[in-house]
Amino acid sequence: MAEMKDIVLQYVINEYLEDEDEVLSYDSPLISGGIVDSFSMVSLKRFLENKYKISIPDDKATPEAFDTVNKICTLVNEYLK
Amino acid sequence: MQERPIHSAQAADIMVEFPMGSDLKKVINMCANNYLGLSSHPDVIKAAHEGLDSRGYGMSSVRFICGTQDIHKELEAKVTKFLGTEDTILFPSCMDANAGVFEAILTGEDVMISDRLVHASIIDGMRLCAALHDTFKHSDMAHLEEKLILHADKRLKVVITDGVFSMDGDTAKLDEMVALCEKYDAMLFVDESHSSGFIGKTGRGTHEKCGVVGKIDIITTTFGKALGGASGGCVSGRKELVEMCRQKARPYLFSNTIAPVVVSGVNVVLDILSKSTERRDKLEKNTEFWRKGLTEAGFVLKEGDTPIVPVMLFNAKLSQDFSKALYEEGVYAIGFFFPVVPQGQARIRTQVSAGHEIHHLEKALEAFIKVGKKFDILGKTKQEIIAMYGN
Repeated sequence: MAEMKDIVLQYVINEYLEDEDEVLSYDSPLISGGIVDSFSMVSLKRFLENKYKISIPDDKATPEAFDTVNKICTLVNEYLK
Repeated sequence: MQERPIHSAQAADIMVEFPMGSDLKKVINMCANNYLGLSSHPDVIKAAHEGLDSRGYGMSSVRFICGTQDIHKELEAKVTKFLGTEDTILFPSCMDANAGVFEAILTGEDVMISDRLVHASIIDGMRLCAALHDTFKHSDMAHLEEKLILHADKRLKVVITDGVFSMDGDTAKLDEMVALCEKYDAMLFVDESHSSGFIGKTGRGTHEKCGVVGKIDIITTTFGKALGGASGGCVSGRKELVEMCRQKARPYLFSNTIAPVVVSGVNVVLDILSKSTERRDKLEKNTEFWRKGLTEAGFVLKEGDTPIVPVMLFNAKLSQDFSKALYEEGVYAIGFFFPVVPQGQARIRTQVSAGHEIHHLEKALEAFIKVGKKFDILGKTKQEIIAMYGN
């Protein structure tokens, strides 16, 4: 889980942050904090599906479920089982 | 947002009522999309009068019932020739073109990959389309390539960009984008609203500047900016894609097209621009003068070579105060701040026109310098301005 958190956090930093000085944690609000918009969520979902060989149903890929790295990893783990 | 009524024709000098109810004031307009100064050109006005007299005021019908005149077909053919494409279809506006084009040509099996700074009308168009949507960092070709690889399994891939970005005034790297699209079997869509008529050696647009005329699958553009400034837009590009718009694009199917008076004007605009590059050449010289003057005065500008010249102030309140002070000095230029531009990127967006004479730009420059001194930002870096005013 800890390794997954770091992988997801690093992906979010590389993919979405424009300001190099900005700091993100596992609990930083990504969607509600305006870091990831609803369009850009698509690439995050596809990244997770490709990386972990899972399929996340669209109705489960909600802004709430994708709002922090911790929540994302919880969701991914549900489909890894 | 507050409107400022203009009591004159659109031109370099305009008469403005601001605030509402106050006396009219003559100011230099530095914020119109009237890049070529054709909004009030006598030949265009004459053509519009003739169109009104010969083809009437309105069509009272959508295109496919009885709303198509010979002059509409003439304009579609002229735009096709001007842009170097295969075919063109008119829309009531470029906003409508962007709203209709994606839904008409793509399905849920496809993907749209857009630059993160594309115009709001493109975002709205993508929202109306069932295809998957992803983005790439502004003008970042390595990131675009990553996305093309990520979505390799999709039926159709469309890369989407503005030709010239409206807020920053920078130009898309269309040559590199064409190469990536060829490599990954993707289509390329370019909105040329802030390019058509003046970017490139003969003003055909960003595709001419980048040496990729004939290689863009879909171009959308407007007649509401450089090309006469009235209204209307189009989708121009590969014949089969234009035909799909003609059969399926809802803003085309379910609304009247451009009024005859406007079509007549745009037809003459394209004649003027096809005969001579005089106006885009003058615009280029005016832009060089304006950029050089602002740079030497010590303003922080967004880099570029287009007539969109953003003067960076970073702080939202400063941008509004600066705009008001400019107005008092006889210059009309608007301050933009979040959410129109990213947080902490507030600016005065200035736009140069071929309708400006050097004396207009000299006077505007004097006003900018005076106001710049008042707010003590001349010669200051981004960090120094932010330290003084915040962002």
